[in-house]
Amino acid sequence: MGEVANNWQSSELGDSLHSQTMIVNMGPSHPATHGTIRLIIELDGEIVRRCDVDVGYLHRGFEKECENTRYHQVIPYTDRLNYVSPVINNVGYCLAIEQLLKVQVPPRCQAIRVILSELSRIGDHLTCLGAAAMELGAFTVMLYMMEAREYIYELIEMVTGARVTISYCRIGGLRSDLLENFHAELTPRLTKIKKKLNECDKLLTRNRIFVDRMVGVGIIAADEAIGYALTGPMLRASGVNYDVRKAFPYSGYENYNFEVPLGTKGDNYDRYIVRFNEIEQSMSIVEQALKKLPGGPICVDDPHIIMPSKDEVYSSIEGMISQFKMVFDGVRPPAGEVYFPVEGGNGEVGFYVVSDSSNIPYRVHVRAPSFIHMGIFGRLVEGHSLADIIALFGMTNMIGGECDR
Amino acid sequence: MELNELYISLLIGALKALLGITFLLALAAVNTWFERKVSALIQNRTGANRASLFGMDLAGLVNTLVCDPLKAFLKEDWVPKGVSQFMHCLPVFFAVFPVLLCIAAIPFAPPLTALGLEISLQVTNLNAGLLFVFAFGSLAVLGVLLAGYVSNNKFALFGGLRAVAQMVSYEVVLGLSALSMLIIYRSLDLQDMVLAQSGTFYGLPNWGIFLNPLAFFIFFTAMMAETKRAPFDLPESESELVAGYLTEYSGMKFLLFWLSEFAEIVICACLVSIIFLGGWQLPYFDITTITSDWGGVLPDWFNRMNFQWAPLLGAGIFGLKVTAMCVLQIIIRWTLPRFRYDQLMSFCWKILFSLCILNLVGTAILMLSGGYNIWEA
Repeated sequence: MGEVANNWQSSELGDSLHSQTMIVNMGPSHPATHGTIRLIIELDGEIVRRCDVDVGYLHRGFEKECENTRYHQVIPYTDRLNYVSPVINNVGYCLAIEQLLKVQVPPRCQAIRVILSELSRIGDHLTCLGAAAMELGAFTVMLYMMEAREYIYELIEMVTGARVTISYCRIGGLRSDLLENFHAELTPRLTKIKKKLNECDKLLTRNRIFVDRMVGVGIIAADEAIGYALTGPMLRASGVNYDVRKAFPYSGYENYNFEVPLGTKGDNYDRYIVRFNEIEQSMSIVEQALKKLPGGPICVDDPHIIMPSKDEVYSSIEGMISQFKMVFDGVRPPAGEVYFPVEGGNGEVGFYVVSDSSNIPYRVHVRAPSFIHMGIFGRLVEGHSLADIIALFGMTNMIGGECDR
Repeated sequence: MELNELYISLLIGALKALLGITFLLALAAVNTWFERKVSALIQNRTGANRASLFGMDLAGLVNTLVCDPLKAFLKEDWVPKGVSQFMHCLPVFFAVFPVLLCIAAIPFAPPLTALGLEISLQVTNLNAGLLFVFAFGSLAVLGVLLAGYVSNNKFALFGGLRAVAQMVSYEVVLGLSALSMLIIYRSLDLQDMVLAQSGTFYGLPNWGIFLNPLAFFIFFTAMMAETKRAPFDLPESESELVAGYLTEYSGMKFLLFWLSEFAEIVICACLVSIIFLGGWQLPYFDITTITSDWGGVLPDWFNRMNFQWAPLLGAGIFGLKVTAMCVLQIIIRWTLPRFRYDQLMSFCWKILFSLCILNLVGTAILMLSGGYNIWEA
């Protein structure tokens, strides 16, 4: 593609005719940027000469808001970071606070967190691939993927009671246990998702038009990817084997057997393949976790961290007091700071929390992969054509809620 | 010519024109319904089903044929800032008018004998019918270019420019692939082409698609590019250019652009059916030989009318073929992703164009060596 660009630029016509580049404002109201981002593009014909990425259209002051709410009240805000896979944000935040409190959740809680995180990751990747395919004109693939995602949402709804803003995790545990028939509900849905994915695979992976549009577009070399602090599928497509679940295992990820799919060239097609393969790996993790799902409680046994059950509240004085203290005071982690990374759909989602031993966080910062990925985006699209911006934007998978916070 | 005869021929001409336009517009409108329902079928959805008249939604026909146009009529006629109303309307005219004219050369059925005259069932009996269709079909590019230019919008300008480059390039391929069929049929008259496709050829129907499958493939591809449909919908690719040259058009103006696009699809399907699928002919059976008797099943008074079945059957067969081709285009549109601009151009000039030349030379050699002696057969 770069070669074509140079040919167009150095044509004799361009020298003799008066020509100038054109500035096009792509977004925030544009079908591909859907209100969350603005790309200011300098175009030479169809070729992008310069791209200025302007983020912040979905800024809601998440981090500032956290400094005025108690630790538990932050959880619903984290749902709205990467709203495509909210469980992972929940888990990340709760793990960070648990590390501050120096508590370890019971194994059953860990397993359920892993199951739901992986289901969310499948949903996240399905959304990313589907949206990217739609933006390339393959609208049908998008709807197939959405149909597959619907099964994930059904499962998540079954467990958490909500589809998107779930607020399911609690500091030191979970809101509720899995349903008894969860395994029976999950298995047929996973089969259906596999079937849908197979269809999408047939429609896209070897489709000549699709392959031509993806291969060789937006190549990121491994060292450059590390230099720009990329994580997740963006990094792994460049062949760097870094996955938080393997590098810094949390919630018992070290007990599961899964591979980290890697790309070789670091182009769009590799990103597509990496995401596609990660879906399969996530399914296998879900199945493994369900197979050896431990029994026992889902929350730590500590009245300073976990709300007592309603039975206790109504029948014992300790329960009553503990409920009162939790509602009006909340948890008070010891003074200190913590950074806890988890592997999100787009990459490393890290929560940096500073505690001054009060019941509200002194500072919460989120390392949002989408925001960091936008750092390389401008350089990535330079020299590519206008149409490639769309493909690249789709495979970068910028989630406005996470990027702008 | 006597005055009476002149009146009669004028009347017949007017009737035929009305018939042609009605056929085209009706099929174009039904095509919008196909588009919604076929895409829904492919994507596991229900599709248009909301609106109903007297409790009947007719599988969404009410939605697409009544409510959509009505909604477009009632929309505000919006003109972007700094654009004259007249200039904003002009592209709509250029987009719709030439396409509607194309139907004039399309033969629907075998000739009809009535009032002692042989009436050919096409609006005008042109001996260069194919050229006529190509000429007016290519005028549609004017509308798109103008629309992109007068919209005063960068995305529209991009769409317009892309459309011009695409349509002009694919027209070359279109013409060349049709040329190879002209060599075989030895005529530019579309009715002659249909007549040439009767009989069999090595056991297969004597149709263009069997005589020259490569030309069919190229012609169909180029035609899809001409109608600016996915995978060739770059001029209006919604995720890149918002809506391309249509960005600043809304309401009835947009609907007319849309209608012209669907009319183009119908014309495209007509041409493919005529050149490659035998037009109104049935394979292995000559419908013009059907007598009006049907073995005495029909009542006597009916037989006495000397009803001609061939034109009616022919029109029906032709209509079915055209509909099938329209649906095929819609299925392709909802299956494939779209090209990138430079890939589109290299596909046209590097692949299709060379295939065309090869095909043309090959056909000529076969013709000279007597491989295609369909006229003698």
